[in-house]
Amino acid sequence: MSGAEKINAKVSNIIKLNDLVTRFEFERTDGQLFPTFSGGAHTVIELKDGDLTRRNPYSLMSDPMDQDGYSISVRRDDEGRGGSLFLHNNIKIGDDVVLSHPVNLFSLDLRAKKHLMIAGGIGITPFLAQIKQLDRSHGNWELHYSVRNQSLGTYVNDLMAMHPNDVNIYYDDEKNFIDIVNLLDGQPLGTHLYICGPKGMIDWVVNEASKLGWPNETIHYEEFLAPKPGKPFQVKLSASNKVVNVGENESLLEAIEREGVDAPYLCRGGACGQCETSVIEADGEFIHRDHWLEDDDKSSGKKIMPCVSRFDGKTLVLDR
Amino acid sequence: MTIQFKDETFRDDYTFKNSEWAVKRFPFPFHEDSYMYSVNMEQHKGGPEGSIYEKRFDVDEHYISEMRDRSEVLKDDPLRCQSLPHMTLAGWDLLELIMISKSEDYPDLFELHRNGNNWRWINKPMQIDHSFTFLDDATLPYGPMEYITRQTQGDFVILDQRESNLWMDAGMVTTQADWSLDFDIGMNFFEWHAPVPKAHEMGIFTRALKFLLNIQQGAPARRLNWTMTVNPLLDTSPENYHKWGVQKGTLNPENIGEKQYLRVELQTFFRLPRSNALVFPIRCYLASFDDLMTVPKWGRRLHRVIRDLPEELATYKGFIDNRPMMLDYLSQYDDGKPTSDGIWPDLQTEPARD
Repeated sequence: MSGAEKINAKVSNIIKLNDLVTRFEFERTDGQLFPTFSGGAHTVIELKDGDLTRRNPYSLMSDPMDQDGYSISVRRDDEGRGGSLFLHNNIKIGDDVVLSHPVNLFSLDLRAKKHLMIAGGIGITPFLAQIKQLDRSHGNWELHYSVRNQSLGTYVNDLMAMHPNDVNIYYDDEKNFIDIVNLLDGQPLGTHLYICGPKGMIDWVVNEASKLGWPNETIHYEEFLAPKPGKPFQVKLSASNKVVNVGENESLLEAIEREGVDAPYLCRGGACGQCETSVIEADGEFIHRDHWLEDDDKSSGKKIMPCVSRFDGKTLVLDR
Repeated sequence: MTIQFKDETFRDDYTFKNSEWAVKRFPFPFHEDSYMYSVNMEQHKGGPEGSIYEKRFDVDEHYISEMRDRSEVLKDDPLRCQSLPHMTLAGWDLLELIMISKSEDYPDLFELHRNGNNWRWINKPMQIDHSFTFLDDATLPYGPMEYITRQTQGDFVILDQRESNLWMDAGMVTTQADWSLDFDIGMNFFEWHAPVPKAHEMGIFTRALKFLLNIQQGAPARRLNWTMTVNPLLDTSPENYHKWGVQKGTLNPENIGEKQYLRVELQTFFRLPRSNALVFPIRCYLASFDDLMTVPKWGRRLHRVIRDLPEELATYKGFIDNRPMMLDYLSQYDDGKPTSDGIWPDLQTEPARD
């Protein structure tokens, strides 16, 4: 079976935090303890939606030491393929779900003398777990968190109440923005930088840090990529000898899984590299959306990451 | 079965000896009649009852004596155990993993009682009964990694994961096949593997690293590795080569069956949850040629493997000079009959005698 090891759980609580974000809390159905995890880890939640099995990755935001329950906070995306909408609209307390063991693609570098965290919107979630982890070991951290406005400031009040000296909030609607150049410039040696938020924010911060000479190994980021809908296309799976039609609202990986072909995956968000698949033949355009493949891999037409990337053309044959 | 712990030595008078039980469960590393490197990983999720694969951390009859040998090595050379400052959390991860595994897998030998962070650990074979506070270094006599690996057979290397690479940033290494933690500490995966011949050209390390970086919580992996050692020495370190290297010259046709050991490492890999580091336990098992020849399949196969092994591998593994003598001995046990697939003794399915 592909993906990380699975845990059977049920929804123990649902808490609406604001217009867009809802927290879902889980407990195990077998009465055992959840595994501990490291701050920044995500879980893949598996949900049955009729005949469709949805598998969505979300950062674990609960205390990594708390083995009684896991929590995720989900922002409703009205334009996506319905993964977050399904959670918001259809999931009720008591529902069964399957969670993967935690996988961390955004872990703290524990050598850092200081952890400087930059969050945008729902990108706050991995930092919530990291802050709990660092507080326990008396780690040195500082958070700069940009939100759209007061009412959409998810967890702003909790953070300000618990860590008034380490948390800085910026409200877009008050034209209140992170002064990234001065912020980066004033950091002590040995600081590591962590960014989680929309793509534009990540690019901006990484770019400014690079210009200021921050070494690559001190810059860490995680971007939330969800598969995007797109034009339907057909793919031939050579090893399993199947022809699969990929619908508008499903990813290539989901379509492969729907046909019963066991394909490897971990993050389902274009970051981990697990699902990398060789292209045997292609006549058309690739729509590469992942962060994994190098640019020459993408232009070679020999590789595709089926979790987020698509294809537009006549023929696509994959080694799967 | 209840394990009868032995009182034996791995130095000086070498009183180490395997019981018949230990020989039958020896991890013979060759699944076919030839050997070449491969990324021969499989899931570490138990195995046949009584086999060394069954438990997460195998305990056998040599436990007490191996732990005594470890403390002797550390007394002479404390640098065999090192942990860079950022690896303390990973050390606690390892302590937790081993204490939970051993108390669940061997409830008659080990007990762990947890009440929040107040823990009580009972190790009956070593007569330890110790209460401490989890995650509080001051409540243990050593750092967490050193504390638990002084009570667990096998070497342990803890690898920090960052920059899509693995870094050897902590370890307890006293039973090693001629490599040094003190030399390798802080190196990344490619740096510490630089001395291995052929495997780089074969792309082995790039593939192995990719596999290891993706090892997930709850899904440990394992493989076997092997080499040759003259006398049942656990500590074949570069630091002590002047002591054990010369012993390779003491082999002769009369004593080779008794003095030449096949040294097999059960290497396992576990993702550590709190630190996201990877722990790499390397458990050493020794069996003399005489021990191995009690299993006819292994006798035939070991002869064929050693005979056909490429020269650079025999050199790297340190037995090129003794290979002709080994082959004289081993060929007596190879009657040319076919061998079954896999590593198990298969005594019940021996081919008929002529």
